[in-house]
Amino acid sequence: MSNTYFVGLSFQSLLFLLEGAGRTLLLGFCAGFFGTLLGLTIGWLRFQSRIAAAVLAPYVDICRSVPLLIQIILVNALLGVFGVYWNAFTTGLLVLALYAGAYFSEVFRAGLHSVPIATIRAGRALGLNGLQNLAHVVMPIATRVAFPGWVNIFLGTLKDTSLVAVIGYVELLHATQILITQTQQALIVLLGSGAVYFIMCAVISSLSRRFEIGIPK
Amino acid sequence: MAYQFDWAPVWHAIPQLLSASLVSLQIAALAFFVGAVIAFFLALGKLSPHRLFSFPAKAWIELARNTPCLFQIYMIYFGLGALSINLSPYVSVLIAITFNNAGYSAEIIRGGLAAIPPAQHQSARGLGMSSASAYMWVVIPQLLPVIYLPSVSQFIWSLLNSSLGMIVGLNDLTGVAYQLQSVTFRTFEFFAVTAVIYYVMVKIITTLSWIAGLYLVPGWSGSGRR
Amino acid sequence: MITIQDVKKSYGAAVVLNSVNLTVDKGEVVSIIGPSGSGKSTLLQCINGLEAIQGGTINVDGTSVHARGTNLNRLRQKIGIVFQQFNAFPHLTALQNAALAPRRVLKLSKKESHDRARVQLEHVGLGDKLDFYPQQLSGGQQQRLAIARALTMSPSYMLFDEVTSALDPELVKEVLDTMRMLAREGMTIVAVTHEMSFARDVSTRVAFFDRGMVLEVGEPRKIFSKPAHARTQEFISRL
Repeated sequence: MSNTYFVGLSFQSLLFLLEGAGRTLLLGFCAGFFGTLLGLTIGWLRFQSRIAAAVLAPYVDICRSVPLLIQIILVNALLGVFGVYWNAFTTGLLVLALYAGAYFSEVFRAGLHSVPIATIRAGRALGLNGLQNLAHVVMPIATRVAFPGWVNIFLGTLKDTSLVAVIGYVELLHATQILITQTQQALIVLLGSGAVYFIMCAVISSLSRRFEIGIPK
Repeated sequence: MAYQFDWAPVWHAIPQLLSASLVSLQIAALAFFVGAVIAFFLALGKLSPHRLFSFPAKAWIELARNTPCLFQIYMIYFGLGALSINLSPYVSVLIAITFNNAGYSAEIIRGGLAAIPPAQHQSARGLGMSSASAYMWVVIPQLLPVIYLPSVSQFIWSLLNSSLGMIVGLNDLTGVAYQLQSVTFRTFEFFAVTAVIYYVMVKIITTLSWIAGLYLVPGWSGSGRR
Repeated sequence: MITIQDVKKSYGAAVVLNSVNLTVDKGEVVSIIGPSGSGKSTLLQCINGLEAIQGGTINVDGTSVHARGTNLNRLRQKIGIVFQQFNAFPHLTALQNAALAPRRVLKLSKKESHDRARVQLEHVGLGDKLDFYPQQLSGGQQQRLAIARALTMSPSYMLFDEVTSALDPELVKEVLDTMRMLAREGMTIVAVTHEMSFARDVSTRVAFFDRGMVLEVGEPRKIFSKPAHARTQEFISRL
């Protein structure tokens, strides 16, 4: 019985999984990057201006109240309605970046709110203009506070790439499913890909913790 | 635009979609409440100085938080299937989301407990209360207002994650929507309405829990937002 | 009677209590003074078993505190303790704070525990603050609440752990007055304190605690004017 465990599984299978992992990382990091930019902008706008906050609130609200899976399928279908046929990666990137951006904006907004008004005023009192104050006083404090939340969302984005499989992107989890069907060795394949996910997230978590400790308070 | 919107199939299917929503809510509720009980023990386990308790607790929490929820569903559905334990999509998704929820809720509880000074528990012990008594009458009443909103978020998270069940054939809101659109090819229309139904469900839950919190959670005055 | 014999305690490699010997008779008021970090608070928390010891024994009315079979919860009913940080339960009113232990530990009825609580709160001068939450009370009032809360258990002994150190100066007096009142009423008190007026005027004996042990113990008059040890003298002269 135990000999059959290695029938069907081969080095190719491992390569296939790793390819999937690579695509997970690719999509995850790209979405994380664009999502962060988006989140910074939106977070800043919502912090600065009541009007912007009101206008952008529905976007954040919807992203947080509708399952990501639905968002992916919906955007994909919507693009199709307008005759736009992007590949799975690009569509996935679009949706994930928008989704992550909404969550990132909340984290950055909270970070900005956490800077005491007294500190902001102290910066201006020293003669720094608005932009300088932002760059040298506000942002360093805000980003320090926002960092743990940012890492959490980034890790979430990595994991959420698994959903883009539904529109055809062959990232790690999709590759896992394909391998399971091909090799009928569900448990080993799952344990393998679980390990890959776990290592990805654990590495990033511990790197970020080290980074946090390294930042002088 | 070559695409013609056709909402009719969707309107006809609304009763079906709504009853499927109940399945989603059911899974979310079960996963949340069972997960919450497990989470309490996980949090205590993680804080325990005994390796016997802290290791499994930490392992559970780390696994739940460092792997995708969909992966966890696959693990139960396909993984246990390989061991000849064939669970229905419903049960698989339920177990997976409970597992996932317990891990995240444990961290919420742990964070809440950390915010309560150890001196509170100590003072209660100093008065002669047993440890269990101290937890029940002094620590937990202070814990509840702190973890209430994050817990509501967790509940909503469970609801949104239940949609993943569609991929293994679950007949929840998303699953039924998927089946219907694959027959009628009205992908956009069906999923747009599905999105609206989820949105409305979430809004109702948020509002109801906010109101319920004011009455049921001692010391909570509605501060903070979702 | 509390007997502390040859008590030793360390945190890892750091020795905190280095052979402590002290007895407290019924009705006595013993003040423990000494430099910060000398282990005084730790000693107090060992008396009711909140902290473990690695050597020696502590006996309260014949029961060994750290013996394996000792029911600590029962023992703690006899020993009231008030800490430096008031530790009032923020989710309960003053009345509920004081009534909690009688209700949940002594299993008294709601009415009986509330009655007890009311009596003790009036005893310490908080009779008009029964329905106030701790956050609405001043530091001094919160500390008196903590005292009343301990008193509802009708303890035989009261331990005070630097209870005025965290208070604004103008609030210290009301707490000291409460402690003086208890002493007058015959309560057995062990107080770790920096308030020398209390140590000098109210105590029956003063113990000088330095580097993990009781260096010298005696009547206040003796300790404050003619201490036997050089380090005691040094400490007193710096006051």
